[in-house]
Amino acid sequence: MSVDQFLQYLISGITQGSIYALVALGFTIIYAVTRVINFAQGEFVMLGGMLSFLLISSFGIPLIPSLILAVLFTAIIGAIIYLLAIRTAKKASVVSLIIITIGVSIFIRGFTREFLGVDSVRPPFFTGDESLTIFGALIRPQALWIIGTTIVVTIILHLFLSRTMMGNALKASAISTRAAAMVGIDSRVMALTAFVIAAVIGSIGGAVMAPLVLTSYNVGVMLGLKGFVSASIGGFKSPIISVIGGITIGVIESLAVGINWGPFTSSYKDAIAIVALLIILLIRSGRLALEERAD
Amino acid sequence: MFGFVKNKWIYFLVGALLAVMVLIPFDWFMGKYNTLLIFIGLNTMVTVGLCLLMGYTGQVSLGQAAYYGIGAYISAILSKTYGVNPWLAMLIAAIVTGAFAYGIGYLIFRLKGNYLAMATLGLGLIIWILFRQLSEITGGPDGMGGIPYLSIGGFGFYTTFKRYYLVWFFCLALLLISQNIVRSRTGRALRAIHGSEDAAESIGINVAQFKVKIFALSAVFASIAGSLFVHHLRFVSPQPFGFLASVKLVVMAVIGGLASIWGAIFGAATTNILSDELLLGFGELDTIVYGLILMLVMIFMPQGLFVKLKEIIVQWRSKTTQKV
Repeated sequence: MSVDQFLQYLISGITQGSIYALVALGFTIIYAVTRVINFAQGEFVMLGGMLSFLLISSFGIPLIPSLILAVLFTAIIGAIIYLLAIRTAKKASVVSLIIITIGVSIFIRGFTREFLGVDSVRPPFFTGDESLTIFGALIRPQALWIIGTTIVVTIILHLFLSRTMMGNALKASAISTRAAAMVGIDSRVMALTAFVIAAVIGSIGGAVMAPLVLTSYNVGVMLGLKGFVSASIGGFKSPIISVIGGITIGVIESLAVGINWGPFTSSYKDAIAIVALLIILLIRSGRLALEERAD
Repeated sequence: MFGFVKNKWIYFLVGALLAVMVLIPFDWFMGKYNTLLIFIGLNTMVTVGLCLLMGYTGQVSLGQAAYYGIGAYISAILSKTYGVNPWLAMLIAAIVTGAFAYGIGYLIFRLKGNYLAMATLGLGLIIWILFRQLSEITGGPDGMGGIPYLSIGGFGFYTTFKRYYLVWFFCLALLLISQNIVRSRTGRALRAIHGSEDAAESIGINVAQFKVKIFALSAVFASIAGSLFVHHLRFVSPQPFGFLASVKLVVMAVIGGLASIWGAIFGAATTNILSDELLLGFGELDTIVYGLILMLVMIFMPQGLFVKLKEIIVQWRSKTTQKV
């Protein structure tokens, strides 16, 4: 691999990884506040992309209003999921919650397929398609949008969590729901907020990624899995580590494909991230068991 | 006294059910549903393994379809490409799948809850990717056909009529084996693990080993079903072994009741009738229904639809007998 090629794979890895990072942020926020792993997290990303395509291409609504509507709609779905499925099943076991969120996931997926079809779709680029050249590597404007969006979302989330009352309440609730309740923080409101934030972040990711990598009704599972890998690196605790985790997974995947030898080809791209997941989980398994016991 | 009466009822019921099951595949009865019934039988076998795993040890597997697929592919490749006797191929498939699951289980059953679920999902996807990518031996996404039928001596299972009996023979055998496991010392150990792993460990149950063994057993069940599947269809492709297939198996287990052996038939039957009869031709409408079923059952009756129905009937019966 020459330096140019390396750079090319690196950039595409960072781009792809940025999307994983946004999925990972969603997992992290919901898990921190509610101790629920939302197996439907990938569907938020799918919805963001599919809805923005529907609004722009079928309804002819301009780009920015379309994006806002797509994100808003997904946020509402996030709230509905919490209110109807998660809150009603409050005392359910971990296995029950896994099955419930899987149910939510395939419900959304089936619904989207039914109404928006099975085809992969590509919404228009935000700002044209004239590639820029950086040190001999080509980079498309949409990739810059993806990376930029991830940076902005991460900064806003960080400011929200550290500078606002609401953000601090969320953090308090994540540390101890009971202690937070004693100072008047309603854990249900916090959980609802977490689901809405996760839906917003996921759908933003889905909307910015769709013009570059296409989207369809069934992208949710794989994106969810890779977001989970990314978030598990930081043990679903720190948003920043989740973002770094996402970008790392993206880069590893991209470079592995770049090696183009033996199992390191694009046909096995998805398997690479899964193997990474298993390795991470097994390395951390001792600590994970302790943490679950502490909860 | 009551127990005696209840037992007599059970014997009568089982006898009647067996008689119906024997008569079902005749054309004058329900012969046109033989294919559907074969698939119900195959799915029941996989589901009952999943029930043992999920219901009795409280562990979740979101990749069970992959083991169904491994059984199917090993049987297909050995019997077609290498001309191995299909029965021997089936046995080898069961042993290899079981050993593979044991090894995998040994690694991943150190994990719990969400992490274990995601690990099984990930492994299922890897296996599915391999089915698609190793096209020189598996035929890739297009699959492979021309797999021989099973036969005993000169008697071949060439018609769906005969294969109905074959599949249900295996299915009932696996159900009885499961029943015995659940009622034995092992079954009590498994329930103890479900109740509290720490408590089970403290009374001398080797929790980790039990979980891995049951996982391997559930994979063997899936593998046997997979072998019968390819010798029924004579064709295999990656399509029925993906993520959605694994979720469908969970749906079957959930409908039947996670901790109910015989509920597996009910779960498999409901799901297959929904997919292959009622909602056929409606695209993926069945996925929407499955999503709803998973949510509603787990929220409102986590013990399962079948178990809940049974409870309601028992309650209703005790009410009516009280009146008399």
